Amino acid sequence: MRVLAAMSGGVDSAVAAALAVDAGHDVTGVHLALSPDRQALRSGARGCCSVEDAHDARRVADELGIPFYVWDLAERFTEDVVDDFVAEYAAGRTPNPCLRCNERIKFSAVLDRARALGFDAVVTGHHARLADGELRRSVDAAKDQSYVLGVLTAEQLSAAAFPLGGMTKDRVREIAAERGFGVAAKPDSHDICFIPDGDTRGFLARRLGSRRGPVVDAATGATVGEHEGTYGFTVGQRRGLGVTAGDSRPRYVLGIEPVSRTVTIGTADLAGVCCVVTAAPTWTGTAPALPFRAEVQLRAHGTPVPCEVTGDDAGGLRILLDEDQRGVAAGQSAVLYAPDPLRGDLVLGQAAVRSATATRG
Amino acid sequence: MTYSDPVYLDHAATTPMLPEVLAAMTGQLGRVGNASSLHASGRAARRAAEQARERLAEALGARPSEVLFTGGGTESDNLAVKGLFWARRAADSRRRRIVVSPAEHHAVLDSVEWLAKHEGAEVTWLPVEPSGRVTPAALAEALGDGSDVAVASVMWANNEIGAVSDVAALAAVAHDVGVPFHTDAVQAVGQVLVDFGASGVDALTMTGHKLGGPMGAGVLLLRRDAECTPLLHGGGQERDVRSGTLDVAAIVGLAVAAAAAVDGRVERAAELARLRDRLVAGVVAQVPDAQLNGPALDDVVRSGPGRLPGNAHLSFPGAEGDALLMLLDAKGIECSTGSACSAGVARPSHVLLAVGADPERARSSLRFSLGHTSTDADVDALLAVIAPVVERARRAGTGRR
Repeated sequence: MRVLAAMSGGVDSAVAAALAVDAGHDVTGVHLALSPDRQALRSGARGCCSVEDAHDARRVADELGIPFYVWDLAERFTEDVVDDFVAEYAAGRTPNPCLRCNERIKFSAVLDRARALGFDAVVTGHHARLADGELRRSVDAAKDQSYVLGVLTAEQLSAAAFPLGGMTKDRVREIAAERGFGVAAKPDSHDICFIPDGDTRGFLARRLGSRRGPVVDAATGATVGEHEGTYGFTVGQRRGLGVTAGDSRPRYVLGIEPVSRTVTIGTADLAGVCCVVTAAPTWTGTAPALPFRAEVQLRAHGTPVPCEVTGDDAGGLRILLDEDQRGVAAGQSAVLYAPDPLRGDLVLGQAAVRSATATRG
Repeated sequence: MTYSDPVYLDHAATTPMLPEVLAAMTGQLGRVGNASSLHASGRAARRAAEQARERLAEALGARPSEVLFTGGGTESDNLAVKGLFWARRAADSRRRRIVVSPAEHHAVLDSVEWLAKHEGAEVTWLPVEPSGRVTPAALAEALGDGSDVAVASVMWANNEIGAVSDVAALAAVAHDVGVPFHTDAVQAVGQVLVDFGASGVDALTMTGHKLGGPMGAGVLLLRRDAECTPLLHGGGQERDVRSGTLDVAAIVGLAVAAAAAVDGRVERAAELARLRDRLVAGVVAQVPDAQLNGPALDDVVRSGPGRLPGNAHLSFPGAEGDALLMLLDAKGIECSTGSACSAGVARPSHVLLAVGADPERARSSLRFSLGHTSTDADVDALLAVIAPVVERARRAGTGRR
């Protein structure tokens, strides 16, 4: 097969490319330049796609003896991921930009271009298993990235390969060290690549400016404080609310209403939800017949919760959680899994959360 | 990879070293001696370096004392632009203006922009003809009475689209108003007639590795009466304008390469032009909407070629230069999109934008450059694959909305 290896400059994609070469494929490495104003050097363990990261990727490609190019996707990334991220927050929702990037950049813009240029598949260093069109969790539960891949369709998955899903991250680093890759001990990237300092609230404040509004206590309806913008909050958030309640019980963000810019907070007993309503789902294979039992994961690194999935009149899903959950924010993806301890939980599909309520009505 | 010998059509980036250069350099590399030392080993090194200087001066119509060895074209451009600017401004603080073409190599452009940002320089950008050429009339108008101009710089031949300017006429215009004139002749030497003395320019940049010499060795030809403030301070080895221990082996190689390039220029230029014309005609026959950038193939300036004989620069509407390059590379054919930043991200060529091309056209371009090892078989190899490559790249689109 002619495969395109997306190489971020990190250890995972380096080893993924190496394994693709070992498997006998005709591999070409591509580094995606996603930021319009790239930094020369990485700052700490955060962020990616600095010039230094491109250099790291190129070093590995040169050692593997494969062609290597940099593709400039900054314009697409800005529109489809960064602007989307800002717009979602402005609308009171909590997006996952990694998932959006997989959906619209890596397995859309890049995959389309790769196919047009004669490649059969795109290889990435994601930690997830993919075989026979079935997407499953990585054997390394702590590094599993199936959540951010849950948005991919069968069609997208048919041209994807994730060689690392069957091994632990430690093993990935071992392989890199055995091969003498300089990135073997490179720190994992964390957080959001286009916010290298990790200050999401500051990033959004620069983009959206000050948008003051009230903080309202759900129990009393009283305004208990003021905030600089609803984008500084996410449902379920406990810290940094900037209000002191009358009692010592912790308060959580229960809801965000972007038009009136109201952030509603309340005590833990009000923060749990059990019914999640979503937008139209996407499926990794054939759509399962409704209703069905599954596990749902509501955010990256969240704990999966057993649930019952039914449809609603608007083409979305209604997901009834067996146990109440806190911090289910609109905009997040509800990724559905069929538990399979033996072969890895199977990703069925996902749907964006529209709303979540505490009643099972 | 399935191919063993790539088809190399990127001689403007760098060209294979000549066997006689390799021999001359290896002869030197095993010897000890700092050309500044006073003992016998030093004298031997000095002798080799000075012979090279004389040989190079003769090849380029300069006096040996006008040859300053540098670390390459980029250093020579930096030294000329910054050094002439500083010296001229020091002599008269009103001289803060730099008159320069926007189609220059980045070594000139970025030096100028640095001076504007840090040294209070004002930049007057010269208008560039659609061919890529700067006319004497345009330079004269930009210079005005010249009293506030520190330096003017226009390249002898453009590295991307091959446009040759009438440098002697430009230098004369600058001198009419008392302004020193620098030219980057990195691509011109060995392809067109470059005679430093006859051209009248004050400073000329050239480099070895475009001629079959080593990388990291270049020259700034600087007239004896030109005041130039140093960039590198130290031992003052090169006329007190450039410091650093002379790299004798590289200098010897550079001189051998320059002499060979100049001696064989007429025959080689004719052969390169023949191959280049075949290449362009063959590509256009298969991809009829391909567009040639730069001067016409038979263009003439000052009774010599108006376009570098080894240069073909073509746009393929609807295809991305990046994609074309990758597909050709996969078939063992090596060329260039002309302009890449340090991270390897393709940008629309500033040269094409300067000559009035729209960004789409600029992004859809490839440069094929021929050199001393080029053959008909190289052209045949390109012509055997160009049509399907362009078709596939067009299917991949431009990646933009």
